[in-house]
Amino acid sequence: MTTILPILPELLLLALGILILTLDPFLKKDEARRPFLGWFTVASLLAALTVSLLLARPAGAALAFGGMIRFDWLGFLFKMFFLFAAAVTALLFMDADKLNRRAEAYFLLVAAALGMCLMASAADLVMLYLAIETTSIPLYILAGFLKTDDKSTESGFKYMLFGALTSAVLLYGFSLVYGFTGKTNLYELGLHFSNFNIVAIGVTFLILAGLAFKVSLFPFHFWAPDVYEGAPTPVAGFLSTASKAAGFAVLIRLFTAVFPVLNADWSLILAILATLTMTVGNLIALTQKSVKRMLAYSSIAHAGYAMIGVVAFSELGMASVVFYLIAYALTNLLAFGIVGIVGRAAGSDEFSAYNGLSRRSAGLGLAALVAFLSLAGMPPFVGFVSKFFVFAAAVQSGWVWLAIVGVLNSIVGLYYYLNVLKAVYLYRMENEDEDRHPVPVSRPAAIALVILVAGILLIGTLFGPWFGLATRAAAALF
Amino acid sequence: MNFGSIPLTYYLVLSAALFTMGALGVLIRRNALIIFMSVELMLNAANLAFVAFARQYGVFTGQLFVFFVMTVAAAEVAVGLALIVAIFRTKHSIDVDQMSSLKG
Repeated sequence: MTTILPILPELLLLALGILILTLDPFLKKDEARRPFLGWFTVASLLAALTVSLLLARPAGAALAFGGMIRFDWLGFLFKMFFLFAAAVTALLFMDADKLNRRAEAYFLLVAAALGMCLMASAADLVMLYLAIETTSIPLYILAGFLKTDDKSTESGFKYMLFGALTSAVLLYGFSLVYGFTGKTNLYELGLHFSNFNIVAIGVTFLILAGLAFKVSLFPFHFWAPDVYEGAPTPVAGFLSTASKAAGFAVLIRLFTAVFPVLNADWSLILAILATLTMTVGNLIALTQKSVKRMLAYSSIAHAGYAMIGVVAFSELGMASVVFYLIAYALTNLLAFGIVGIVGRAAGSDEFSAYNGLSRRSAGLGLAALVAFLSLAGMPPFVGFVSKFFVFAAAVQSGWVWLAIVGVLNSIVGLYYYLNVLKAVYLYRMENEDEDRHPVPVSRPAAIALVILVAGILLIGTLFGPWFGLATRAAAALF
Repeated sequence: MNFGSIPLTYYLVLSAALFTMGALGVLIRRNALIIFMSVELMLNAANLAFVAFARQYGVFTGQLFVFFVMTVAAAEVAVGLALIVAIFRTKHSIDVDQMSSLKG
């Protein structure tokens, strides 16, 4: 029993995936019972979360399965978070036409979550590559899931194309790492990268390019807006949160395990990348007319903020990255949930579709208030605390200018987030007849929104224990 | 002929050449199928490097890696071709320059 504990969440996800596909043929004829699939997925994911929380907590940090994975708090925290994000996304799937009745959609979601769990704990290049691909391939299909929709197929194809290209670059980087060291285990590699040379620089660039794509860092961010805009909205939400968090989990593990000594020279490059990512994301977001596309650019900017914590490269820095990713994911899942509901009711993602939303559905207006103020970094929401920790880590490590750039960028961000709220609260619909245009919120979507709003408020006000968990995860790195 | 006498450098140069050709193919060609073939070329460049290094060190990890890469590449191509078919049905073209319904 103890031997399977390190991969208990993954095993449960695998069993769930197989169960979903096995159940599907039995429900095929009975349309009325199709929603059962969604509830089944959500309930099973939450059950898997509970079981793993109770049974599979790591005691310390240890390599397992022949060094393929590392059983530590960083991996564990991210895994629990991926299970939660998958459950919330499954709830949002139930509200999306064409996704909600297809067992394949839920299966692909579970498969992607399985890959992400492995990404967070992989300690070997072989495992890492397989985990990244296990995450990406289901997501390619999900992005292009609406196969009669022009935009969705194009989104899936673009994601697939850039994804395959960058994973080939990443793999070439891995092959060179293997060539120069003869090892594939991340924690053995670290010893070989202790002296700084031209080869190490080249290899690191290849690997950084591959991972920068995953987390949409400048200059590998260009795919994100197209993919998010075309993909079904709940899928875009999952992509911009869980997939990004998994990329960051790999990034911080690699940088602390393999290139700790290189870091002094790399910090400046990463700091410049973070600056450019934040600035480019925020400035282009300003000009957007579609809320969904604006959120895509904002998610690029948020990758930049999270990167500040990586640049700080201290225990506080890594803890702040972990905390930031969880905070950002809760908030962005909520924002995409709202976009999904409004998009379905209005048939559009433009800013004008949000006019008078607070009068059409007070609850939804309130959720939008929480989501967009939290994204903007306003207290008492979690977005404020997470930004505070990231900037604090930067200042503590001597990156004062980077913290200032971050703060300035947050101000730019505030403008376009408030633009949405202006439409929601101040503007009226054309004929001022909001009463006759209620926005229907289905039960699963309502549950998802309530959970996320509660999470944002809870972690935003009582952040102590949560930041304690993030610190514990970061401690496993050093 | 003794293949063991071919120095590692030769393999690496070939691998780098394949990788560059693949990367250029992805960047220059406009046909989606050709782009996919170029990506495969890049993966195979990495595979060649893995096998060459594995022989150099006399450990099997590199060879094992190649098996996994081939499996993943097959899965990726299956998904990629399916997406190309879906695109062709909606757009009647697989020219990547035609894929511009998403922008802003």
